[in-house]
Amino acid sequence: MAHNIMMPAFKVQRDEERCIRCGVCVRQCANNVHNLDEDGWMWVQDDKCVACHRCAVLCPTRALNIIEYPLDFRGNQHWTPASIREIYAQAQSGGVLLSGMGNPRTYKNYFDHLLINASQVTNPSIDPLREPMEMTTYLGNKNHHSCGEKPQLKLDIPLMFSAMSFGSVSINVHKSLAVAAKSLGTFWNTGEGGLHPDLLDFGRGAIVQVASGRFGVHPDYLDNSAAVEIKIGQGAKPGIGGHLPGEKVSQDVSLARMIPAWSDAISPAPHHDIYSIEDLAQLIETLKVATRFEKPIAVKVAAVHNITAIASGVVRAGADILVIDGFRGGTGAAPMRIRDNVGIPVEMALAQVDSRLRDEGIRSQTSLVISGGIRNSADVMKAIALGADAVYIATAALIALGCHMCQMCFTGLCNWGIATTRPDLTKRLNPHLGSERAINLLAAWKHEMMEMMGGMGINAIESLRGNRLMLRGIGLSKEELGLLGVKGVGE
Amino acid sequence: MKVVAWTEYCLGCGLCEIYCAAQHDGYNGNVLKIFKKGRPMHRSRLLKAEQGTWLNTCMHCTHAPCINGCISGAIKRDPNGIVYVDYERCVGCYSCVMLCPHGHVRPWSERHQVLKCDLCRDTGLPSCVANCPNGALQLVD
Repeated sequence: MAHNIMMPAFKVQRDEERCIRCGVCVRQCANNVHNLDEDGWMWVQDDKCVACHRCAVLCPTRALNIIEYPLDFRGNQHWTPASIREIYAQAQSGGVLLSGMGNPRTYKNYFDHLLINASQVTNPSIDPLREPMEMTTYLGNKNHHSCGEKPQLKLDIPLMFSAMSFGSVSINVHKSLAVAAKSLGTFWNTGEGGLHPDLLDFGRGAIVQVASGRFGVHPDYLDNSAAVEIKIGQGAKPGIGGHLPGEKVSQDVSLARMIPAWSDAISPAPHHDIYSIEDLAQLIETLKVATRFEKPIAVKVAAVHNITAIASGVVRAGADILVIDGFRGGTGAAPMRIRDNVGIPVEMALAQVDSRLRDEGIRSQTSLVISGGIRNSADVMKAIALGADAVYIATAALIALGCHMCQMCFTGLCNWGIATTRPDLTKRLNPHLGSERAINLLAAWKHEMMEMMGGMGINAIESLRGNRLMLRGIGLSKEELGLLGVKGVGE
Repeated sequence: MKVVAWTEYCLGCGLCEIYCAAQHDGYNGNVLKIFKKGRPMHRSRLLKAEQGTWLNTCMHCTHAPCINGCISGAIKRDPNGIVYVDYERCVGCYSCVMLCPHGHVRPWSERHQVLKCDLCRDTGLPSCVANCPNGALQLVD
């Protein structure tokens, strides 16, 4: 192939007055952007920069800055620089464009069009620092009329860490989140890559996943868990499976996944034993029997067009917990076109599913958990008011661990030690610091949620659940307000 | 007290050496100034081997051979147990360099004296510990 006509995406700016040639940037960049030769000359290869900010953050003199490459195309509203660059990339490689993390496009974000209520005069607000505030949440089938009490997950906060498989993320991410979840009284999720032997002690605090590849699934894995989650789909790439490149399948990953080392780990698009709701019901029943009816079984689906009918079917198939993953949900790798163009916003899916399950009288048979792009405690409050029992976070947790959202997880060269299995990169995430940061994040969110609940005059998260009168829509059409089931501002 | 390196989480970035140099010789942590105007001399050294990288730093031994062997009484122990060099007294005989079983004491040929970790005893938390980006260094008793 002739000369690559693609110019760099980012430009590394080095302030020569500040650079002391210490070489920290050289040693820290796994993409080899920075090079220092014997004569003390720095040579920067902008082409390789992914804007992960590792060098800039560690530079002891703040000599580095990374900006978007300033070379402009002639202005064109239709042929944007991104769309031109994507064509250059495909013309060069002949391949599917890959990307990591969630859908970054400018679609409407319904969380940003919802406002939360507060008490004034007619009902008292509550001060969470002086009065008790109940955040405990139970997940599972609450319909105890048939067959007695069902297994429940007890959460001290209505937040859990979402599925990220070992292999797509490093062992130190799992260690950080497992420790944090235990300390916070909530749960983490193994993802579809099995459980690392080092984390057997944290299995009871984990929701273990059974996905289409069945990686790492064996009786002890199911036994040593808090709940089992069947992954049907993922918000970032609904309808397609996963592909963990062989480069990331190290010895450890191969042991946890029970596949040969350095071989590609391919999750099929469908489960080959599930082609109908009845098939799903069979697998749910099988897992319930395998876990002696002691653990709730969750089913995770991506938010897609006819999600309400799907949700109704999944609940009727016996799912104790229904997880809906919206199109902002992250991933280690997805075809960019799928990530950017498939699925629907989780806010809309949640409101519709909650209403549908209530209308059908089966809402009590399942707990609704949503995930996909939850950025802060206000998003959590809005999700709960729209009808969610709890919320999964993953991208926010990774950002707390150091992720800088460069979206290059699929390369396995994560400079922050997160989306990599290379030992020298993995060690960059110290799980002792990582767990502390994850605990801090969730503790901070809990404080904020208590403040917001207190403001609304609510002292138990249970009273907020599905309480859409606590929300008002702003800048939304009548139809959107109707679909979300909330009133407009001023109403 | 001593600084313990956690090899498992040492990145080998070298920031410990950089901040160590900047904390001494009156530069008070000003990295830019010591590297642009001064002569950066770090006390502890980052070692690289096949097994990984770690900061090789003074153990501040209870029975310190460097103190016993110093011909001019320049190496002293302060009330907190920190072993440090009194530069008024050091004559550069390098007995301590030869005696230290861990190779922590280094010659400072330019000044004909020696370099060793003093746990940043004038400023509080050792600079290497405070600035390690991955928590790989810990101050222990």
